[in-house]
Amino acid sequence: MLKIDNLQAEVGGKPIIKGLSLEVPSGEVHAIMGPNGAGKSTLSYVLTGRQGYEVTGGSASLNGEDLLSLDPAERAAKGVFLSFQYPLEIPGVPALTFIRTALNAQRKARGEGEISAPDFLKRARSVAGSLKIDFDMLKRALNVGFSGGEKKRMEIFQMAMLEPSLLILDETDSGLDIDALKIVSEGVNALRSPDRSMLVITHYQRLLDHIRPDRVHVLAGGRIVESGGPELALELERVGYDKYAVPA
Amino acid sequence: MSLLSAIRTGDVTELPSRRDEDWRWSDLRGLVRTMPGLSSGFDGEIPAGRFAGLVDEDHVLVNGGELTLTIGAGQSRTLGLRLISRGEGRHSTRVSINLEAGAQLALLETQDSDGASLVQNTLTIEMAVGAKLERVLLVDDHAMAINVGQTTVSLAPGADYGQSVLTSGARRQRLETHVSHPGGEAQLRLDGAYLLAGKAHSDQTTVVTHTGLDGATRQLTKGVARDQARAVFQGRIVVTEGADRTDARMAHHALLLSDQAELDSKPELEIYADDVACAHGNTVGAMDEDALFYACQRGIPESLARAMLAEAFIGEVLDRIVHEGAREAALAWASERLSVAS
Ligand SMILES: Nc1ncnc2c1ncn2[C@@H]1O[C@H](COP(=O)(O)OP(=O)(O)OP(=O)(O)O)[C@@H](O)[C@H]1O
Ligand SMILES: [Mg+2]
Repeated sequence: MLKIDNLQAEVGGKPIIKGLSLEVPSGEVHAIMGPNGAGKSTLSYVLTGRQGYEVTGGSASLNGEDLLSLDPAERAAKGVFLSFQYPLEIPGVPALTFIRTALNAQRKARGEGEISAPDFLKRARSVAGSLKIDFDMLKRALNVGFSGGEKKRMEIFQMAMLEPSLLILDETDSGLDIDALKIVSEGVNALRSPDRSMLVITHYQRLLDHIRPDRVHVLAGGRIVESGGPELALELERVGYDKYAVPA
Repeated sequence: MSLLSAIRTGDVTELPSRRDEDWRWSDLRGLVRTMPGLSSGFDGEIPAGRFAGLVDEDHVLVNGGELTLTIGAGQSRTLGLRLISRGEGRHSTRVSINLEAGAQLALLETQDSDGASLVQNTLTIEMAVGAKLERVLLVDDHAMAINVGQTTVSLAPGADYGQSVLTSGARRQRLETHVSHPGGEAQLRLDGAYLLAGKAHSDQTTVVTHTGLDGATRQLTKGVARDQARAVFQGRIVVTEGADRTDARMAHHALLLSDQAELDSKPELEIYADDVACAHGNTVGAMDEDALFYACQRGIPESLARAMLAEAFIGEVLDRIVHEGAREAALAWASERLSVAS
């Protein structure tokens, strides 16, 4: 379970997250919606420990373990995974090499042995197949020259390979065509399990048609200002965020 | 004035100084107060080199010496050349390599030193029509060593020369390559890679002179400098009158991993011919912190992620090495260097 309590964080000295509280029990999928600039991506970076995102108060823990005192790689080894809104390019490092390095580093941090090369390849082939990713693409430098949609697909591929326990999806639907949206959603749904928590950041109901959330939260002005069931997303789509407008 | 005459005479005033335009970033005169004595012979044990097991035959020069190698017409060889410095003296080596028509050679060369020696290496390569040579030079110098090398290559029409110079620097190190390119079907690839840490200095200087029609040159140097290391890249391409339709590309890209690491670079194109396609790119940057965070977010510890990204950066140069075994040895060298440094 992810537990965020009264979290406050600044970016470049400017408070962005202003007392945010949220709990995502294991086994549940929660959606976060909210206007542009509300702090949704900022929340995802604070949870993953990105440099420049300074926590000034509150706490965040995963399955009872404090996250905020760990460095980004340690958090990943504890099971935190962020599917980036804008995935980065890693020139010169083939996707497969990158993911194997990550997987083995995580295993090492958890005191597990390395995965054997044949086992790794076998799993990579099967996961790539289910996400309709051409295996040859995995031999190319990660994300270099990939289309927007391919990058998003690669995020889900990595997620499936790394089997995290907290999955944060930041606008994974943006840039995906209709078919890709379906494939990616199926990939995410396949990862649903009683010991995983998912936080799905999106602007659109169409993703939530595929990935059915248990709860929907509205993030505005750096806080959760409303929470409800899946019907809240439909209502937001109808009426927008005007009523949450924070005075500038 | 040259290091060579200084080594012969023992006179420090013969050393190149920063007043020599070409040497202003690699001054020796200001660095060497007194010349070390002449190196003595060495009969201790020499450990296996980085290209051990890959060559038909090893040629080893310890603390100086001379050597001439000829590859006969149509022959094909893989030879090791090891220039080894032991101790803290001064010495020079002189190696000549002649490739007769259609000869092929993979030259896997290492230079290493174990102390504050002062070394000058001269290599002269003559390639006849249709000869082909790939030289991979891996330099592992001692942090206190001074190493100056000058390679001069002359190509006949239809010859094919490829070179990769890989180095971790020295106290002062200058690795020069001069190529005279006759154009026509002759091929030239001149690559370099440096991985510098501590107070290492490395200067890769190249001069390519195109003298005939339709010559092509491909040049790529990449390097990583951290700590207080200093990298120098000077690349000059001269296209003489009449060497029309020359196509020469030179690129140098550096990654500086600390605020105190320094880079001086001077790419120059001197063109006196018509209808010439010449381009040079020169960039210097820092580690991409966003890519670094991305890798860490996936669980790769920061030091490993930094090494991985630096290795990938250099990898573009190493991947161009044609000899497979040498390429693997080069990748192993880079990976070792970068993990030691991080
Ligand atoms: N480095 C920075 N310095 C100052 N302000 C920043 C910085 N980075 C982000 N911000 C601000 O923080 C606020 C929250 O940005 P964030 O990216 O979290 O929004 P978001 O909710 O993800 O929006 P979107 O829906 O457009 O993706 C914005 O007002 C943004 O301009
Ligand atoms: Mg965002």
